[in-house]
Amino acid sequence: MIGHIHSIETCGTVDGPGMRYVVFFKGCPMRCKYCHNPDTWEPGGGEEHTVEDLMAQYDTLKPFYKNGGITATGGEPLMQIDFLIELFEAAHAKGIHTCLDTSGVIFHRDNPELLAKFDRLMKVTDLVMLDIKHIDPEEHMELCKQPNDNILDFAKYLDEQGVDIWIRHVLVKDITYVDKYLDAVGYFIGGLKHLRALDVLPYHSMGEAKYEKLGMEYPLKGMEPLTSNDAIKAKQVIINGIKRRRAEEEA
Amino acid sequence: MMKSEAWNGFNGGNWERFIDVRDFIQKNYTPYEGDDTFLSGPTQNTKDLWAQVMDLTKKEREAGGVLDMDTKVVSTLTSHGAGYLDKDKETIVGFQTDAPFKRGMNVYGGLRMAMKACEDNGYKVDDEIVEFFSKHRKTHNEGVFDVYDAEIRRCRTNHIVTGLPDAYGRGRIIGDYRRVALYGTDLLIEDKLAQKESFGTVYTDDVIRGKEEISEQIKALKELTKMASFYGFDISKPATNVQEAIQWTYFGYLGAVKEQNGAAMSLGRTATFLDCYAERDLAAGKFTEEQIQEFVDHFVMKLRCVKFARTPEYNQIFAGDPVWVTESLGGMGVDGRTLVSKMSFRYLNTLNNLGTAPEPNLTVLWSTKAPTGWKQFCAKMSIKSSSIQYENDDMMRPLHGDDYGIACCVSSMVIGKEMQFFGARANLAKCLLYAINGGVDECTGVQVGPKYRPVEGDVLDYDDVMAKFDDMMEWLAKVYVSALNIIHYMHDKYAYERIQMALHDRDVKRYFATGVAGLSIVADSLSAIKYAKVKPVRNEQGVVVSYETEGDFPKYGNNDDRVDEIATSIVTTFMDKIRKQHVYRNGVPTQSILTITSNVTYGKNTGDTPCGRKHGAPFAPGANPLHKRDTHGAVASLASVAKIPFKDAQDGISNTFSIIPGALGKEDQVFAGDIDIDLSK
Repeated sequence: MIGHIHSIETCGTVDGPGMRYVVFFKGCPMRCKYCHNPDTWEPGGGEEHTVEDLMAQYDTLKPFYKNGGITATGGEPLMQIDFLIELFEAAHAKGIHTCLDTSGVIFHRDNPELLAKFDRLMKVTDLVMLDIKHIDPEEHMELCKQPNDNILDFAKYLDEQGVDIWIRHVLVKDITYVDKYLDAVGYFIGGLKHLRALDVLPYHSMGEAKYEKLGMEYPLKGMEPLTSNDAIKAKQVIINGIKRRRAEEEA
Repeated sequence: MMKSEAWNGFNGGNWERFIDVRDFIQKNYTPYEGDDTFLSGPTQNTKDLWAQVMDLTKKEREAGGVLDMDTKVVSTLTSHGAGYLDKDKETIVGFQTDAPFKRGMNVYGGLRMAMKACEDNGYKVDDEIVEFFSKHRKTHNEGVFDVYDAEIRRCRTNHIVTGLPDAYGRGRIIGDYRRVALYGTDLLIEDKLAQKESFGTVYTDDVIRGKEEISEQIKALKELTKMASFYGFDISKPATNVQEAIQWTYFGYLGAVKEQNGAAMSLGRTATFLDCYAERDLAAGKFTEEQIQEFVDHFVMKLRCVKFARTPEYNQIFAGDPVWVTESLGGMGVDGRTLVSKMSFRYLNTLNNLGTAPEPNLTVLWSTKAPTGWKQFCAKMSIKSSSIQYENDDMMRPLHGDDYGIACCVSSMVIGKEMQFFGARANLAKCLLYAINGGVDECTGVQVGPKYRPVEGDVLDYDDVMAKFDDMMEWLAKVYVSALNIIHYMHDKYAYERIQMALHDRDVKRYFATGVAGLSIVADSLSAIKYAKVKPVRNEQGVVVSYETEGDFPKYGNNDDRVDEIATSIVTTFMDKIRKQHVYRNGVPTQSILTITSNVTYGKNTGDTPCGRKHGAPFAPGANPLHKRDTHGAVASLASVAKIPFKDAQDGISNTFSIIPGALGKEDQVFAGDIDIDLSK
């Protein structure tokens, strides 16, 4: 099977634990306004790779990934779920730590054929970094042009499957950097038993140049970038939400 | 050897009977596996002295780079009286001349260089000195040029061999300065006298030279003793405590930098040696931790004040005015114990107490087996100071054992037992162009190399170019090693490193260090010729001066074996050609790939290359991929470099690599990596 890969970053240090071999998949149905990889949206194209050649390259670099592993990101890796399953199965067979960085947007519990694929994928997935773009359904639709009910359901599904979860959340002024939403994010993820980490990413405008290069209009033109201090503040609000949920559940 | 009272409290061993510093360390050091919490901050005296140094630094910068130079007195061990910053506050003393920031004059390497170093900085060497070194005393530089032939000269002026130490001190020799502290100069002289006798009386050239050199070494040790006496110390006897041990060690090093303005004047591996004294004194209540840190701070302050008279051209080659006071820290012992001691921590702690600085070049001999506390402190100090160099102890220890040090940036050698003949480098990228043009220089049009048949036709053929390149490398290896043989013969004769060699064993292993520049250009160029279509563009004289490349080709730095194998085979091939040559004084040939600093200069003097690089574009540093050619991330790039066989590049492979902190991992503050902990807050 051929995978359509946008690019490979051999020195991934921010996409999962340790140093990682990061595979950027082509194709994504989301149209998040702050997306800094619009060049990965279009499905197909890119570099064509087989699982064998990716694993062979990983193998030559293995010593670097002692405490890391392989991360599938993109784009939306689940767009090529068959290839992804094959890749993670091959990696898992070799004892390599596998991490899926996803928005979960492909997930639909009511499609049995698809669900079977997810079940198979989760057997060989050690960690999912789930990017919750927005907790509010309408705001999510406005921000990403996709609904979020199936995404939140995906989080619950992961928890049922017992897969470790890291939640990622991008802060954008007046869109997600709003206390009531942050608290709601915390309240929601507080219900996940396999939540292992929270990664709050302040919005930056470095993606803007890519839009220009692609001749596209930048949806967040003029949006001011946030700082790590904002992230620290927001993180605390989310954590308070988590605590609130956990306290309720304990009671 | 007479046992000294200064050794009371140390565990005995062979080191009491022979000069054997490693044995002393092994019998006496205390491995430290803890963290950095025991360390002390700077004392008021340290702060005051450092403020003085910073003030002098500012004045020096305002004066255009040099505050003062000696133009009348040639720098020798005893040429200048004592110099101080503030005598009452300094716990470790000694400057190269009688005042801090006053540069000494070193003439033995070459008179012209010494004169130019003065003139370029607005000074003038005294007429008497000029006359003396013109009429009565020959220099290294003059000796070399008396012997150079026309071909070597052409190679120099056309920059196919560059940076040769034929007009300046070769450096890269590390005296075992610890010997001064452990034994004192009397015992060292006694040992040298015995060495001199040990040659016997069959007077071959080697024996005559050997005996003469040892006589020079003995004189140097006597002069060193005298130099220390200017400061009120008697170093003829062993050091009795940690302050003296640091002071004696520093005097050994100071002697070296008074006598030699070498291309790299490294310190060695002193920390854990000195820690033996520190532990003894701490146990006896002789000094406190704060005092010992103060000694180390003052020692390092002195090392930061080492200065030489140099020319702007020299500074251009070496990108600044480096001394390369490299100190090798940590590493593992062959018995499996860590060689990290509290003193290793104290050395790194100077970056806290005095602030960050490029000198001394603190180099951590990294081992995966190093104690966690040490690894964490190294990481912390690297983040804070960006001033720490790391080298692979696990790779060098099998070769050198556990008492080696780094000279300059990467040249490894066993302290006191091995040295290096520094050999600059050959420009392999230009060599490839000579292969294409039948020995004609692409920039000057001069027939520099042998007049072999140039490449013909409209498209470069890989096999044809490779065959021609192989022939041209054969020629280059010969002419390059010839130049180096002449240089080191003359350096030994006219600018012999007396005090540094006095702190070595009699029979020293001499690495004959060669080097290459332009590896990634050669690899990419050959890859382009092999995998794409490269058309040569000739000027009116028929010299190929540019290339048109059609199609893509694998580029070095992406972990792609198709091109990486070209790179590694070139390294091995050239090394084998070096090995075929006769080398001076039974040297052991080695090779480096580490043009860290002079890549702009190389680029200016090398024409268009088949890989698409244009005339004037800088070379990549060392074994780095060409700028922006590595497109698969740092690990793939590093993996390409890591394929280069160390056995054929034993003098070092460098890869210069910078990364923004944010790309190295999550910020602790932002990333809640262990959510359970955070929830409890």
